[in-house]
Amino acid sequence: MTDTLLTAKSDPFVRLPRGVRLHHDRVRDMPVLLGPERALMLDEIGLAILTEIGQGLKMSVLIERLAERYDAPRAEISGDVIGFIEDLQVQRLVDYADA
Amino acid sequence: MRDLPLPPAPIALLAELTHRCPLSCPYCSNPLEMVAREGELDTATWARVFAEAADLGVLQLHLSGGEPVARRDLPELVEAARQAGLYVNLITSGIGLTEARLDALEAAGLDHVQLSLQGVRSGIADRIGGYKSGFDRKLEVAKSITARGLPLTLNAVMHRQNLDDLAETISFAVELGARRIEIACVQFYGWALTNRAALLPTREQVEMAKRTVAQAVQTYRGRLAIDFVPPDYYADFPKACMGGWGSTGLNVTPDGTVLPCHAAATIPHLEFQRVTEAPLAEIWQHGPAFQAFRGHDWMQEPCRSCARRDIDHGGCRCQAMALTGDASATDPVCRYSPQRPAVDALLAEIPEAEALPEFTYRR
Repeated sequence: MTDTLLTAKSDPFVRLPRGVRLHHDRVRDMPVLLGPERALMLDEIGLAILTEIGQGLKMSVLIERLAERYDAPRAEISGDVIGFIEDLQVQRLVDYADA
Repeated sequence: MRDLPLPPAPIALLAELTHRCPLSCPYCSNPLEMVAREGELDTATWARVFAEAADLGVLQLHLSGGEPVARRDLPELVEAARQAGLYVNLITSGIGLTEARLDALEAAGLDHVQLSLQGVRSGIADRIGGYKSGFDRKLEVAKSITARGLPLTLNAVMHRQNLDDLAETISFAVELGARRIEIACVQFYGWALTNRAALLPTREQVEMAKRTVAQAVQTYRGRLAIDFVPPDYYADFPKACMGGWGSTGLNVTPDGTVLPCHAAATIPHLEFQRVTEAPLAEIWQHGPAFQAFRGHDWMQEPCRSCARRDIDHGGCRCQAMALTGDASATDPVCRYSPQRPAVDALLAEIPEAEALPEFTYRR
């Protein structure tokens, strides 16, 4: 199934910039994303997406891997993944960069 | 009788490492009576405070001042904070941040730099900061920070005398390679309250600023994150100050006094404790100053029965103190406050541009 939301042009390389990192909050016992002036409490899905990013990868690859890992149809999850990443990118908590 | 439930864990600690500063901004958030160098906590005590803060649930540490770079042990403090698991943000004017110091701070694990901006050109910036050639030095520091790849936020403090430069200020942040800009309109406590007539913007400036920000958010989407704190005197409802008193953050002054917010010492009847007298957790959970305005019992009408009482928590206690003389009153910015006319009177008395008073600089 083709992905209508991703084209060659809008398939950015996604990575966590310097100064943004995953952290386990031992007091509240939950994962958080720490960045400048931000501490985002993550749910299971958010953690899964951000963990998969690792050292960086193309958005299409990210979606592919998550679809495999959770045995979910690509088309079903791509909108949510892209929305989640774009929301973070606008806050500069995720970078789009050339690989 | 049963124990009250514990308050939620704090997320942020603002550590005012020193009150010393080369600048003398007329809106400085330090108190009018400052702590001298001899009264400052030593390295080991700060390190202990950072560890206690992390144990208490703090995630974000803001190293501030004064000018925190004036502390020679700053890299050691950054290292201690990182070892405690904290995210470490340096709030600085940039003065004194030499290449060697930046090297040391990077090596110590500094996460992020928040650079204050007094003006977007040397003339206005150096006049506001009261420090000659401060702007040029800040510019060099900003370039070095972004060249290193350290994340940079510009903290642009805006008021009557520089708000017309807002669009230029935002594009300046983009050109520097800042990831974020905080456009913080001066809030009137302490030194800023002293200088309010020279700093309070006009309604036209505020309306223009809102349009400028809305436009910039679109123009720079994905390149620059923009946070805007408008001047609350022009708002209909008060700010949810500190997200509610004693609910998300705490402030430690250079001599170790623990405050619910940086201006809390302007409320005369509050009793504060020091980190040298009690554990931070004890102060946070049971300290009388922290308990003073938690929950709803302290509220007066119209707050007590207001549908918004859990949205804005009655606004700012320090502002209620400053403008009404009663720290438990409704923040008089609120349109439901019986004291709102006093704020409107201040807005009606804004001087003409030619008649702005001279600054009283922080000394």
